[in-house]
Amino acid sequence: MDHHTLSVLVENQPGVLTRVASLFARRGFNIDSLAVGVTEDPTLSRITIVVSAEDTPLEQITKQLHKLVNVIKIQDLDPSESIDRELALFKVNAPAERRGEIVEIVNVFRAKIVDVGKNSLTIEATGSSDKLEAMEDLFRAYGIKELARTGKIALARGSKES
Amino acid sequence: MSERMTGAEAMVRCLEAEGVEVLFGYPGGVALPIFDALWDSEQIRTILPRHEQGAVHMADGYARATGKVAPVVVTSGPGATNTITGLANAYMDSIPLVVFTAQVSSAVIGTDAFQEADMTGITLPITKHNYLIKRSEDIPTVIKEAFHIATTGRPGPVLIDLPVDVAKGEIDFEYPESVNLPGYKPTYKGHAKQVKQAAQMITKARKPLLYVGGGVIASNASAELKELAELMQLPVTTTMMGKGCFPEDHHLWIGMPGMHGAKYTNYTLTEADLLIAVGVRFDDRVTGKLASFASKAKVIHIDIDPAEIGKNKAVDIPIVGDAKHILTGIVAELRKGGAEPRTDAWMRAVDDWRKRFPLHYGGADDGQLYPQYVVQRVSELTKDRDTVICTEVGQNQMWACQFYTLRRPRTWISSGGLGTMGFGLPAAIGAQAGRPDALVIDIAGDGSIQMNSQEMATAAIDKLPVKVVLLNNGYLGMVRQWQELFYGKRYSASVLGQENPDFVKLADAYGWLGIRVTDPKDVDDALKQAFDHDGPAFIDFRVVREECVFPMVAPGGSIDEMLGGVPGCAVSEMLDDELLEEVWE
Repeated sequence: MDHHTLSVLVENQPGVLTRVASLFARRGFNIDSLAVGVTEDPTLSRITIVVSAEDTPLEQITKQLHKLVNVIKIQDLDPSESIDRELALFKVNAPAERRGEIVEIVNVFRAKIVDVGKNSLTIEATGSSDKLEAMEDLFRAYGIKELARTGKIALARGSKES
Repeated sequence: MSERMTGAEAMVRCLEAEGVEVLFGYPGGVALPIFDALWDSEQIRTILPRHEQGAVHMADGYARATGKVAPVVVTSGPGATNTITGLANAYMDSIPLVVFTAQVSSAVIGTDAFQEADMTGITLPITKHNYLIKRSEDIPTVIKEAFHIATTGRPGPVLIDLPVDVAKGEIDFEYPESVNLPGYKPTYKGHAKQVKQAAQMITKARKPLLYVGGGVIASNASAELKELAELMQLPVTTTMMGKGCFPEDHHLWIGMPGMHGAKYTNYTLTEADLLIAVGVRFDDRVTGKLASFASKAKVIHIDIDPAEIGKNKAVDIPIVGDAKHILTGIVAELRKGGAEPRTDAWMRAVDDWRKRFPLHYGGADDGQLYPQYVVQRVSELTKDRDTVICTEVGQNQMWACQFYTLRRPRTWISSGGLGTMGFGLPAAIGAQAGRPDALVIDIAGDGSIQMNSQEMATAAIDKLPVKVVLLNNGYLGMVRQWQELFYGKRYSASVLGQENPDFVKLADAYGWLGIRVTDPKDVDDALKQAFDHDGPAFIDFRVVREECVFPMVAPGGSIDEMLGGVPGCAVSEMLDDELLEEVWE
């Protein structure tokens, strides 16, 4: 099954996220990731949904989504013609003698240290899922105390503009 | 100029502006501001059902019979949750409804207040759209949108949850003239190129078949359908939801398809080389095993809901839009190209099947009272009257499908997708409210009728003179049939007993005319007496108890493999490909 990134433009109203999310649940789809935020137009929100699905059932759920009164537009973003980002916060075990190594990893990945504790560093990283997973793998060697990740957000590339 | 009034008063004004004439409402604590406002309406007749489920089915029957919306108003909590089955039923069958549920005061929503239920949450999957109104000034806009959404595109139920403080709040009333719904723009006109291709495909088909359903009724496209069928001499099969959209005494009508369709209907579907599917959704009760359903046919699928196209069956020419527009377009294309009918040989094969595999039932002259006979007599005795037929769900419904001859759209009211027992009587009452001059009949079973028999009070008191034709076999008949055929005749929890209750006494208790018939000789007299009675009437026909609905496709089976009926399979001497080619040349 392929991962699809759906960018769903909706009216910015209470309950719209529930309508969208429950449609996926009702039709037996598992949402891999979900991110919602207001757009350049404050009356509209963009919901970015990553789902694993075959083409035919995905077409069906896209059509069903279109039927929701609050849904304005849906794009199934082609990875080669869109950009996507996720954000992660890693709180990593960082005893004094190993901090240097961790800082180097942070630099290689162009991430940022956003908080320093007695025994830990908190690192903010943005990028593709692959990049964040690679960082997670490396940090595991030090011990990840806590991890928070956002859902993926995405936009079609400039060349797709009309 | 706007006028100052409460939200509830504004609501009633909105309903009046929408042309509402009838409303089905059951009051309760937080619904009282609305009912108080309704008291003053001269335009709206408020009918009090005896259960909120009855109210929704009444509105459903009203909508099917008239094409118009009769709103439902109920109180919060249990009043609201009692509408669920009715909403799900209307959603499955694409029936326009606007249901108002009163809600506890905004200040206590979410606190598990007395008679609080999360109605927008509960009804999310069974409404076309729903609203929780939070500000009194939003009432007019929401009602305008609700009627628009319910009645346009693929119709469906819309729910409005109205907190009591919002209903009481004062606003400057003005009814909006238009709606602003950027995400809701149904397609009506079909794609011109696809319409053209469809016309070409129809002219090329040797064995075409129109497979049409509820969409034709929703779109009021019966005349256009008939024009296309007659122009190209295309046989027509109507699904249960589509019954009445094509006259069933027409030589091109070939019955209802599917699980309890006639053998000749299913054979025609199986042999067809082109399906022109209009306003249908390839439901499992029609298709049986999908892989073998109409497997020799190319498919043109016309539907206003793009999500229906390709959902169950692959389609060669999809046309999204309104059936009326598109059928008109196809007919115009065909006329432009000078197309002529070429279905002589195909129709001969169809008629050959029809002759060899008719619907029938056993022992017509054995002196027993057969349910099918009762339906046939109802059909015969009402053929010259303006009649609306409603049904309950189960064997009664299937016998009504098989043995009643419908001639006009909106004269057939039956629960299709959800298969809701208890639907028929309240739906008939609703239909009668919308069509006061029509003879409205509920063909019923003794199981189903008891699920909403409390509405007999509504019919009597509100002077809605419906007639119940009860096919009383003392069983949950369709359940018993499945148990007979697939569960070794172990009639677990399906025996009701014909005596329980005494329906004639029940009719009497509610102020209805009650008649009991046990002998086939008495059928006509009883029916005539009931139909000519100026109030509601109930006939308890004590029919043969263990009769099955045949033919039948076993669940999950192919539709050309049927149980019961006349033995034989889909081999027709008339269906000779060479012969077909000859006609073609």
